[in-house]
Parts: sequence; C-alpha cells; structure tokens
Amino acid sequence: MSQPIRLKDHEKDARLVRSRVVVGAVAVVVLICVLIARLYFLQVIQYEYHSTLSENNRVHVQPIPPSRGLIYDRNGVVIADNRPSFSLSMTRERSGDWTQVLDTIVQVLELTPDDRIIFEKRMKQGRRPFEPVPILFELTEEQIARIAVNQFRLPGVEVVAQLVRHYPQGEHFAHSVGYMGRINEKELKSLDPVNYSGTHHMGKTGIERFYEPELHGQVGYEEVETNARGRVLRVLKRTDPVPGKDIVLSLDIQLQEAAEAALAGRRGAVVALDPSTGEVLAMVSQPSFDPNLFVTGISFKAYSELRDSVDRPLFNRILRGLYPPGSTIKPAVAIAGLDTGVITASTRVFDPGYYMLPNYDHKYRNWNRTGDGWVDLDTAIMRSNDTYFYDLAHKVGIDRLSAYLNKFGIGQKVSLDMFEESPGLMPSRDWKRVTRRQAWFPGETLILGIGQGYMQATPLQLAQATALVANKGKWNRPHLARTVEGQKPVDKNPMPDIVLRDPSDWAKVNHGMQQVMHGARGTARKAAIGAQYRIAGKSGTAQVVAIRQGEKYDRSKVQERHRDHALFVGFAPADSPKIVVAVMIENGESGSGVAAPVVRQVMDAWLLDPQGHLKPEYASNAQPPENAAREE
Amino acid sequence: MKSNFDRILSSEDVMRRRATFLQKIHVDGPLLILLLTLAAGSLFVLYSASGKSWDLLIKQATSFGIGLVSMFVIAQLEPRFMARWVPAAYVIGVLLLVAVDVMGHNAMGATRWINIPGVIRFQPSEFMKIIMPATIAWYLSKRTLPPHLKHVAVSLGLIGLPFILIVRQPDLGTSLLILASGTFVLFMAGLRWRWIISVVAAAVPVAVGMWFFFMHDYQKQRILTFLDPESDPLGTGWNIIQSKAAIGSGGVFGKGWLMGTQSHLDFLPESHTDFIIAVLGEEFGLVGICALLLIYLLLIGRGLVITAQAQTLYGKLLAGSLTMTFFVYVFVNIGMVSGLLPVVGVPLPFISYGGTSLVTLLSAFGVLMSVHTHRKWIAQV
Repeated sequence: MSQPIRLKDHEKDARLVRSRVVVGAVAVVVLICVLIARLYFLQVIQYEYHSTLSENNRVHVQPIPPSRGLIYDRNGVVIADNRPSFSLSMTRERSGDWTQVLDTIVQVLELTPDDRIIFEKRMKQGRRPFEPVPILFELTEEQIARIAVNQFRLPGVEVVAQLVRHYPQGEHFAHSVGYMGRINEKELKSLDPVNYSGTHHMGKTGIERFYEPELHGQVGYEEVETNARGRVLRVLKRTDPVPGKDIVLSLDIQLQEAAEAALAGRRGAVVALDPSTGEVLAMVSQPSFDPNLFVTGISFKAYSELRDSVDRPLFNRILRGLYPPGSTIKPAVAIAGLDTGVITASTRVFDPGYYMLPNYDHKYRNWNRTGDGWVDLDTAIMRSNDTYFYDLAHKVGIDRLSAYLNKFGIGQKVSLDMFEESPGLMPSRDWKRVTRRQAWFPGETLILGIGQGYMQATPLQLAQATALVANKGKWNRPHLARTVEGQKPVDKNPMPDIVLRDPSDWAKVNHGMQQVMHGARGTARKAAIGAQYRIAGKSGTAQVVAIRQGEKYDRSKVQERHRDHALFVGFAPADSPKIVVAVMIENGESGSGVAAPVVRQVMDAWLLDPQGHLKPEYASNAQPPENAAREE
Repeated sequence: MKSNFDRILSSEDVMRRRATFLQKIHVDGPLLILLLTLAAGSLFVLYSASGKSWDLLIKQATSFGIGLVSMFVIAQLEPRFMARWVPAAYVIGVLLLVAVDVMGHNAMGATRWINIPGVIRFQPSEFMKIIMPATIAWYLSKRTLPPHLKHVAVSLGLIGLPFILIVRQPDLGTSLLILASGTFVLFMAGLRWRWIISVVAAAVPVAVGMWFFFMHDYQKQRILTFLDPESDPLGTGWNIIQSKAAIGSGGVFGKGWLMGTQSHLDFLPESHTDFIIAVLGEEFGLVGICALLLIYLLLIGRGLVITAQAQTLYGKLLAGSLTMTFFVYVFVNIGMVSGLLPVVGVPLPFISYGGTSLVTLLSAFGVLMSVHTHRKWIAQV
C-alpha cells in the first residue's frame, strides 16, 4: 500500500503564517491599550493621590516588630519579659555626613573611640534605605537629655523607645531559658528578612533559641507619609503585628532554688523530671551567669571574664557536660541482663574482690577490695558490686549491651526542646572500628558494665535513663515547655518504648535500687534516714583521671580539680514515682556521700509540704518509711 | 514635458539607489532609524535614572556600539547559512546551561554566568534567547503545517529542556522569555486553536487541584505574594508601591527631565535597570510613556511586516517569534512596574541599563534584517 506523497504547499503555509501575524498584531495592539489604560489610571485618575504623596511628602513603609512572647514557670512566675528601653537610632540618608555625626555623638555623650568603632559596625548592618539603625541601647536619663539639647547638631539621630528582653530571675534560668542577643551577620542570612525587618535581637541559646519562631511572632507594618525631614505626618495604612506566643515552662522556680541551695555553691548539675510526662521540673548548672548581660551587648571584658573563668559558668553541664555514668548505669545494665536471659534475679556470683576474664591475667577490681562473697542481683545493686556487673556485661556481650543502652537514650539526643544537646557516646564494635580502626576487646565490655570506658553521658541522659526504670520503659522525651500558647509541644520523633519479655523485671531492679537507700548495707542509706517516703536510687563515680593497674585512688595525692565527679540518680516515691532526680557534683568524689544528700533535698522540696509532711497528692500510694534491717 | 518626465524618473532613480545601497549592506532602514531613536532616548533617561552618572552612560553607549556591530555582522549572514548551524548551536547552548548548573560562577546570588577569568564571561541563557526560536523554526520549517501532534511534542521537549535549566538558576524572567520565544514559533506555525484552547482549559483545574491538595501553606503564601506583591510591602511590594507613586506623580506631562523626586532620593530601587520606566513616567509623564510605546509599536509593526514578507518558512517563523517575544519584554516590564503583573526580572528593552541584554536584543534585530534583506526578489517590496 502506497503512502500518499505529501508535498509542501508553500502558498498555503504562507497564508497560514500571515493569518497568525494578523492575530499577533491585534493582540499587540489590544495589550498596548491595556498598558495605556493602566498608566492613564495611575497618572491621570489617581494623579492627585500620587502627587501629594510625592510632592513634599514621602511614602515610607515602616516595619512594626512584634512583641516577643513571655516565658513563665509552671506556677505563672515570669522568667522572661519585655521592658521598655530607650535606644539611639540613626538614619544614614538623613544624616548627611554620617561619620561626622557619629563624632558629634561620641563627643556629646563623652564616649570612647571603641564605642565609635562599634557604632560604625552597627551602621553598616543597616539593610534598607531610610531604615533607622539602633546604635546605642539602654540610654540613661542624662544621655537622653544631652541628645535632646544637641538635637540641632544631630540630623537623622533620634531617641527611640523599644522593648528589650529582661530576665527578672537573673542567674536561675540562664542554662535552661538561655538568653537573647543582637542578630549577627551570619544569623541574618538564615532569617526571613521580611519577618525580621524590625527586629534586632533573637534568641541565642536555650528555650529562647529553640522556640525562636514561636516567640518572635509576625511582623506588622505601617505605610506612613513623612515630610522631607523624616517626621511622620500621617499613617496611610497599618497592619498590626502578630505578637509572639507565650511559653509556660514545666520548671518550678521554688524547686530550682531548692536544688541550687542543695548544691551549696559547689560546681555541678541537678536535673529533676516528672517521669510520667517527661516535664523537667528543675534544671541547674552551677556556677551560672546573668543572662541580662547579653541582651544589649556584653562588653568584651565582661565576656572574656566569663569565658575564661576556671569554673566555666557559661558551660551548660546538663546538656553539654559529658561524664562516664559510672555505677548509675547499673540498673539499665541489669535490665539488659534480665531481658536477654543471661541472669535471673536469683543468679549468684562469687566476689573475691576482683573479676578475671578466662585466659587473661588482668584483674578487674571491685571497689570493695575484700569482696562481698556470694552476690545476687538485689545485693549487687544495693552494694554496687562491680564483680557481679563485670560478669553480667561479659555474658551479655558488647552488641546486646550497646543496643539496650541505646534504648535507654545513651548516645542519643533525648530531649524534645533543648538547644545544642550533646548526644553523648555509646560505644559499639562499629563505632570503634570506624573511629579508632581497632577491634573491640572483651575487657572493654566489662568496664562498660560499670559505666566506665568509652561511654559518656550528660546528666540529662542519666536522669532520662533513670526515669525509664521508674516509668517501666515508657518513653517521654524530657522537655522544658509545658505549653506554647496553650498547646502542648508535640514529639515529632518519638522514641520507642522499652518493652521487656517479662515486665516484672522492672520491679526487681526497682527493688534493688530501693535497697541502696533503705537496705541495711545500702551504699546511700545515710541519705534516706528519716525519709517520709521510699526512695529508689543509685550512686556513681565518674573518673576524671585514669588510675593505673594496682594503684589505689588516694584523694590526698590527687589535685582538687582532678578528683572524681560524684553522681547520683534516684526517684521517689519508689512505688509510684513522681520525681526523678540526677545530680552531678564536679570533683565531689563520693556519689553516695556527697551527691545523694542533694538528691534527697530536692525530693523533699518537691514531695513534702512546708511542715515536712508528705503532700497529700503524693501520699495515696506511699508506704510507711522502712529502715528496718531486713536482710540481716 | 520632457524635462518634467526626466525629473520624475531621476527622483525614482535616487530612491532605488538609496534602497539598493542599504540592501547591499543588508540593513533595514526603518528598523535602524527606530533603534537609533531608542538609543538616544535611552541615554537621556539613563542619565537621570543613574543619578547623572557619566560612567554608566559611557558603558551603556559602548554596549550599544558593540550591539550595533553584532547586529550588522549577523545581518550579513544568510538565513539558510544560519539554519544549517542552528542544531549544533542548540546543543552547545544546552551544554553550557548544564555547565552553569553544575559549576557555574555565582554572581548576584544566582548562578547564571560562565566565567573564564581574563577570557570571557557571559550568560548562556542570553545566547539561548535567539537560538531557542531559531531551533524550533528550523525543526518546524521542515514539516507540514499546521504541525502534527508528534512534532508539537518534540518542539515542546526542545523548549522544555533549557527552560527547566534556566528556572533552576533561578532566573524566572529569562526562562519565561525563552519559553515565550519557543511557543511563539509554534503559534506562528499555525498551532491548532483547539489545542491551544484545550491546554488553557486543562491548566485551570490542574492549578486548582495543586492549590488545594498538594501545596503547603508556605508555598501558597509565596505564590500569593508573587501574584500580589503589595501584600508584602516590606519585601518586593516596597518597589511596587514606590514605582507606582513615581509613575502616578508624573501626571500627563511629567515633572521634567532630572526633576523626578522619587527616583532621585533612593526611594526607587533598581531605578536604572528593571524599574527605569518609573523614572521615565515620573519625569516625562503619560506623554513620554506613550511616545515610547509608539516607537515600540512601530518596531513591532515593522517586524510583523518582515514576517509576512519573508520568503522562506524558516524566515517567517523566526522573524515572527522574535518580534512577538520583543513585545513580551515590553508588556511584562511595564506591566510589572505599574503593578499589573507579578515582579519577574525582565528589563525594558533598549532603555534599561545592562550590556548583555542590549547586545542580545540588537542581535535579534540583526536576524530580522538578515531575513528581510536576503530575499531573492527585492522588487516585490
């Protein structure tokens, strides 16, 4: 079958194109008419309107920064509010020779050349033409008066009232709420330039930073008409800003103060959680600093003093401090042993004071050199018996141990809304192969069993691991914000709950931890004397410097800053836990002797009323105190 | 009687000789006169818009010179000769765009430049502005008209590839101009009306569906701000508010040259580039803008005449598309500055400051001249 031969019909093509040319010409004429109509509308019909705007007056669009959301503690006490403050701002386009005007300002206010350098730097941060740039904050009455008297010499300079962040509680919440500071050039690039067009400060750390978008709000603007000197004549159009959202924290200022008092000036960290919700009740890192210093710009001298202090007040020990968890990890290791089935509650191990791996001659020492004899799980936790846990860790093995401790949050970011939390470190075979290019040694598993070795955790992680024991494996990420504008924060990345094959294992470990506090040979029994409720706890010691084989830790030989850190974790009441507390005291040496009393004081402050009785809401499940020597 | 007859004949002779001379050097008289008028006007407005900067003026005049030379050179090339090299040029253009995408030099926050330091620095997307319609014209001129669905699909593929690469740069303005230049060829080639209508009809429900089912709130917000910049007066809306005030305050006759207040007090950003029509509107009023529009209209009219008279199909399609695309420049730029259309970066042809776009535009007119002056029977004019 032959195809019809298609010949190009040039005449037909030409006609087709010509018809399209006509269509195009008509479209062009019509659209040009549309443009002329638009210009006629602007230039003839709206001429009066536009010409008044432009003759002697100018249209400006001024951003109105939203007022920042407030931050409260759980009882409604204000932690961060906004205080009116006067600042000096300058509009470059109206100042003529603006560097000369800066000279005049420095001279009028009797400032130093250093201040002038800062002013110049701030002027260069101006973003749009005719935008007033604040150059000096917190003007005093006298400074305002001096500016007013010399106003004629200072074109384009004005005193502006604006709201500045204020932290009435000073040092108490510097490490949880954080502070605000001026937006720097790097941050400017990552912010929405429109929404921040009237804003010069942003949250730098803590809650202020984490909830920056919520706290900031949405910018508003005013279209104003100004005269040639920049004075506003009238407002043409106004869109109100949307204020930032208020945040109610779960922190309790009284508990916070009680925890700080319990530390009594020592360097350290205290975290208190409600295990059933994950709400953080107290978060102390001592020493601290005054966040108000940072809001309007800290002087270089004051900053270097804070930064270089040997006590490291700027260091957030709760979120960034990494310590080997020591014996406080033993309850979690015990759960791993029970759930993998390598031990039962009645499994017994003989402790001669040390543990030796088969075919190795290295002795892994118990802290008690004379040994505890036959030890079962309950006794092992109560006595914090290292030999038992060496054996347990060896039987569980590094892979399973690493997996279980990961489930407890070691080596992971555990918090919901805390800025720059450190994930800590949970070592594994893979980790060691990648980072050290070495195989895993069995001895390294043993010392993991007592929380030493490569493992590192933050006080927050220790508190969360303990909260998981208290809460029978139910995960609630620790969080500081109770509500943001009435809404509970949502966990977008929830951790899976720890589900045991036999849920009664939780009670076995819980009982062991109670024996620590209330047992006759419990390591921290002194801290529980006179308690109105039952406590479950575990002490720990984090080595600062390593001790060689065969050498004994001798405090007299160790410099104060090289002494061990004291750790203690606990929860109460033991049968229906309402509060979990983790304490780290730098160079405190004894977990049970130094850190445990702090834990007890914090628990008392939360659970007891001012008369020293258990608050009724916590009393329902409480049992009478029991200090009787049951085991002996 | 005889002397009279002689005189008529001799004046006809002069006319023919003049025409012959211009045709010999392949220059179209009407186009050249209009372009030179625009160039003179442009320098006037630019002097005011740039804040009396001689520096800028000299640069712009130099670009004009370079553009005229390139127009003249291109006008000498025969359309058939150009058509032979178009496919290769298209492939090179796309490869350059890919190169920009991969390792392009970052200028002005967007990656548009190929930069070999000390050797050359240019935007491949500008090059594509002429190669794109030439490619589609080359492809369709070999097929029967109106084009079959298969050929339309191939054409759209050829347009889509560079379009996507330029959108990614991101340069919305240029990519739209390139899209327009390609589709105008299809239109000139007699793309069936029912296809045009059905594509438009299908676009509406698709857009509505996207809006309600697939877009996040922030994306919707961005589109709303794009369509109505005045809802965002601290961002792009600021330019529009100021440019409207500038144009509006010009009235019928304008404030006079160098007398514009809006544009001279830094109120108007980009007053010498994309927003230069606002300066013209403020200083020369409605009359000034209408005069400019008249010159544009004459240029476009001449372009369409050249299209209609072109002898080859390739010439017709290419000339028609270049002319219509030129109109898109004018319409989109004036529309956006006067607040009718969203803000996309399209310069006002021949008036906005900018060497690259000037050279490209004049080259395009060189193509038009080439199409017109290389015809076989000039006598038919």
